[in-house]
Amino acid sequence: MPSQRDDAAAQGPKIKIRARDVNVFYGEKQALFDVSLDVPERSVTALIGPSGCGKSTFLRCINRMNDTIPGAVVKGRIEIDGEDVNDKALDPVVLRARVGMVFQKPNPFPKTIFENVAYGPRIHGIASSKKDLAEIVERSLKRAGLWAEVADRLHQPGTGLSGGQQQRLVIARAIAVSPEVILMDEPCSALDPIATARIEELIDELRHQYSIVIVTHSMAQAARVSQKTAFFHMGKLVEAGATDEIFTNPKDSRTQDYITGRFG
Amino acid sequence: MTDATQNSARALDLRTRVEARLKARNASERRFRLYGRVAIIVALSFLAVLVGRIAVQGWTTFIDTQVTVQVYLKPERIDAADPSLANYDLLVAESVLASVGEQDDDYGEASGKVMDIMSNDLGFQLLRQVKADPSLIGKTVTVTGPLKADAALYFKGAISRSTDEADRKLNDRQLNWLDKLDKAGAVKRGFNWQFFTRSDSTEPEQAGVLGAVVGSAMMLLITAMLAIPIGVLAATYLEEFAPKNAWTDMIEVNINNLAAVPSIVYGLLGLAVFINGLGVPRSSPLVGGLVLALMALPTVIIATRSALKAVPPSIREAALGVGASRTQTVFHHVLPLAMPGVMTGAILSLAHALGETAPLLMIGMVSFVPGVPDGFTGAATVLPVQVFIWENASERAFHERTAGAILVLLAFMVIMNLAAIIVRRRFERRW
Repeated sequence: MPSQRDDAAAQGPKIKIRARDVNVFYGEKQALFDVSLDVPERSVTALIGPSGCGKSTFLRCINRMNDTIPGAVVKGRIEIDGEDVNDKALDPVVLRARVGMVFQKPNPFPKTIFENVAYGPRIHGIASSKKDLAEIVERSLKRAGLWAEVADRLHQPGTGLSGGQQQRLVIARAIAVSPEVILMDEPCSALDPIATARIEELIDELRHQYSIVIVTHSMAQAARVSQKTAFFHMGKLVEAGATDEIFTNPKDSRTQDYITGRFG
Repeated sequence: MTDATQNSARALDLRTRVEARLKARNASERRFRLYGRVAIIVALSFLAVLVGRIAVQGWTTFIDTQVTVQVYLKPERIDAADPSLANYDLLVAESVLASVGEQDDDYGEASGKVMDIMSNDLGFQLLRQVKADPSLIGKTVTVTGPLKADAALYFKGAISRSTDEADRKLNDRQLNWLDKLDKAGAVKRGFNWQFFTRSDSTEPEQAGVLGAVVGSAMMLLITAMLAIPIGVLAATYLEEFAPKNAWTDMIEVNINNLAAVPSIVYGLLGLAVFINGLGVPRSSPLVGGLVLALMALPTVIIATRSALKAVPPSIREAALGVGASRTQTVFHHVLPLAMPGVMTGAILSLAHALGETAPLLMIGMVSFVPGVPDGFTGAATVLPVQVFIWENASERAFHERTAGAILVLLAFMVIMNLAAIIVRRRFERRW
């Protein structure tokens, strides 16, 4: 099993997330068909494909965000370190503490910058004291590359930051809980090129500590930030492999058409 | 070259076509703006007529005519052992007659006429003073109190001498007395504080709105304490936690229907359930508050649900994404963001409840209550019902009070609506 072709190219040899035969239904409509994918540890895996291809749906299976959508049914098995995320005994709260998420549109809470980052540690009881909490906030903001910009205004609303800063604040909020996996759903689609570049740099730094799965519309971005790429089409996983491989030598003609811009 | 000429010709053609229709398009916009302005002017003028009429009718309520009389407390007429038996009104009348240079006749007709223009409040004041200090008997005491409502109306210009004597409440002799008293400086006009410090009375000049205002406030307190928490929590459960199925659909339809049920039906319900069923004292702020809470509940639920719906889903995802439970998501993030909408809805439904009359008539609040309610289970009246009671009274002076009470009610409502606006501004946040 770990002898799959793409694993050699991935940064870490270990598989963090193992998805097998994942099928997702939204009511009558089937959104994912038998998706099986391995996500290697401490590296960036990009999910690409045209709109409505199921890449976001797959992403949301990993931290069970699909639970919140009425009528959504997830079948199949997704493991994180061998543990089934859909296990009835596993509370989604525990899962989401391990699997952080960054959304398409920056969505800071309408609270202060400090409160935004402190919220996760606070509800999970991670900080032992006020001082500890302040340290976690500082560390998370530093790691998200935002500390220098907000250190003097921690108690101003997070919604007052620019779009790119908000997105880094949201990343800091996710990091503050010390997750193992960070899911990013088109994190740069609402940002300008400079802010995008800043986030991409950040992702590249974060991959040394976290396993990152990123959904992106930009093939250039996938090529820049990821080590592994999975191409989705019409709810099916068409092809997955090392990013260099996928972009230079795709096996499937649909992948080739997509990355050369013939559709999508 | 030909392409360019073709293109420019086409552009010219397009331009003439657009311009041809432009006039009609602009005219339709102007027309719509005009309709809008007319609609607003009509609405505002109705409001102005309504409030203006009430204000014109009611503003005199806030003017008080007080008369000051020197009364000689004749020792032979007051029993020091039981001073409450004496006829103080007669003593007042005799003193007034003396001050205008007249004397009572044998039949007491003149003093009777004086009693028609002097409030019996003066007599009560004397009784209280004598009771407190019996040594006053035999001395001359100065008392100040209101004129009877009809006499006050004369000074306010509502009764005029040009009306035929038989058609007015006061005859020429009484009007002459009033003029003499006024000339002697015994009559003073001022702001009618008593209207706010006294409760209902059988005598219009002594009737005030205090009891009704306190009754309204106590009833609204009960309504708010029941309707807001129950309504907000019910709406939160339905919107955020309840499964979407046939049952919850049915509940939603029923809540929307309940909001449209005529208010008097809630009065009947209150009568049957709270008074006859549970034995809650009738005409109390408690039972009124319970009935109005039932009435306000659907409105609060609907307002809360729409406020919750308006909270962007991204906030829910953000909270769930960092591992907040559903309850934490709702109570830490969604509900606080919905608060401006919730509070606006709640305050507006309370303002609506404040003006409600019909259901309260069913539960016996339409009774004469000459005082501030004696606790939440004591008999009480409320402002709109007070208006209703006074409007039904036969005495003309009560109608002036009616308009005055309406003004107080309107002021109460304006304050509540302002509170709604301030609360909304306060809680409003960007996301």
